[in-house]
Amino acid sequence: MEIPYTISTRPDTGLWNAKIGIWLFLASEVMLFGGLFSAYVFLRLDAQPGEWPHGLLNVPVGTMNTAILIASSVTVVLAWAALKMRRYRAYWWYMLVTILCGLIFLGVKLAYEWPQKFEHFGAKIKKEALEKYEPYLGNHRRLEKGLEPRIEISGHLHNPEALKDPNIKEYEIALDPVNAEANNPAMDRPHFLYVPPTDKIVNIEKEDVERATMFLPTHSAYFASYFTITGLHGLHVLGGVLVFIYMWLPVSKKVYQRNPEHLANRVEVCGLFWHFVDLVWIFVFPLFYLL
Amino acid sequence: MNNPPDISQDPKEHEEYAHNVQAHVKRYLMVGGALLAFTAITVALSYVDFGTRKANIAVAMLVATFKAGLVAAIFMHLAAEKRLIYRVLIFTGLFVFALFWLTYLAWYNPIVR
Repeated sequence: MEIPYTISTRPDTGLWNAKIGIWLFLASEVMLFGGLFSAYVFLRLDAQPGEWPHGLLNVPVGTMNTAILIASSVTVVLAWAALKMRRYRAYWWYMLVTILCGLIFLGVKLAYEWPQKFEHFGAKIKKEALEKYEPYLGNHRRLEKGLEPRIEISGHLHNPEALKDPNIKEYEIALDPVNAEANNPAMDRPHFLYVPPTDKIVNIEKEDVERATMFLPTHSAYFASYFTITGLHGLHVLGGVLVFIYMWLPVSKKVYQRNPEHLANRVEVCGLFWHFVDLVWIFVFPLFYLL
Repeated sequence: MNNPPDISQDPKEHEEYAHNVQAHVKRYLMVGGALLAFTAITVALSYVDFGTRKANIAVAMLVATFKAGLVAAIFMHLAAEKRLIYRVLIFTGLFVFALFWLTYLAWYNPIVR
């Protein structure tokens, strides 16, 4: 039996069915991401001074990924327009570019951004020990200037075994520039370009550390929400790419030959999903990378 | 601000139709360019100090909302869509608003206060 109203509009709704379907689905997606974003707002509003990190993510890479996602949104709408104009060849190319953009976005996230965080280490210093590490925190100066205190020393952990071995009493850290030059006013604001850890190595006694972890979801409310939201967003990108690949393969050419409008409508529906994924990223990017 | 109409089955009219869609393509490209430009603006503004961090967040969210509006209105064709879809989205909007309002209440804690 033929599925009704895939191309023609249903008289009572004035729409073909898949269009209502995708919008209802997107409405539920709005609530899904809305829940996570409201959790982000809640966690952030409740964070104590110094507890919400700034400038930990790589801004140029994030900006590039944003541009890639926007470009893919343009190509998917062009792919749809090409089908409306009955130019299958152009459609095929636009679709390929869209798929590649999605894959690059995922590749950058999974092969570069996340692993770089997993290799980064942070030690949150106990309140009573903050004075001891003042040279690496620069809090006297920050207090005078009315800035939030620094409560964490971060960088590259030279002895990762210290995380598990209770006999090792110290963490050996190659400091991040913020901690290496804690009193440099240039470190008051996040850098645009990524600056790797310095050669300056400092030993921090475990006794003085309240919490020591790599930059994993367990590190802080910030990283927990970062990995959850970008992870879920990444899954959406993956889902979109898989569907686009199906639309791009020769199977879809058969749909096009039978009725080009049918494929055009399918692409429109997937496109709506893709634009929504782009739209979510438009909020994710400033909230996590910039602010 | 209309979307391309459904394609005519009459091949004679097709050329005119294709021309019509071509005009929309131009708009899509322009919107894409605007989105890229606003991404650059968002990044640049985040390095400008607006006094408090709250002010910086407000500015960034304003730009992001505008960008999201462009995507929704042009790419997702919401600028000219059927009434039923608007109805669905109005309710979605209300529920999202309620969700953030609850979050605000939980944080503000008016009962204890």
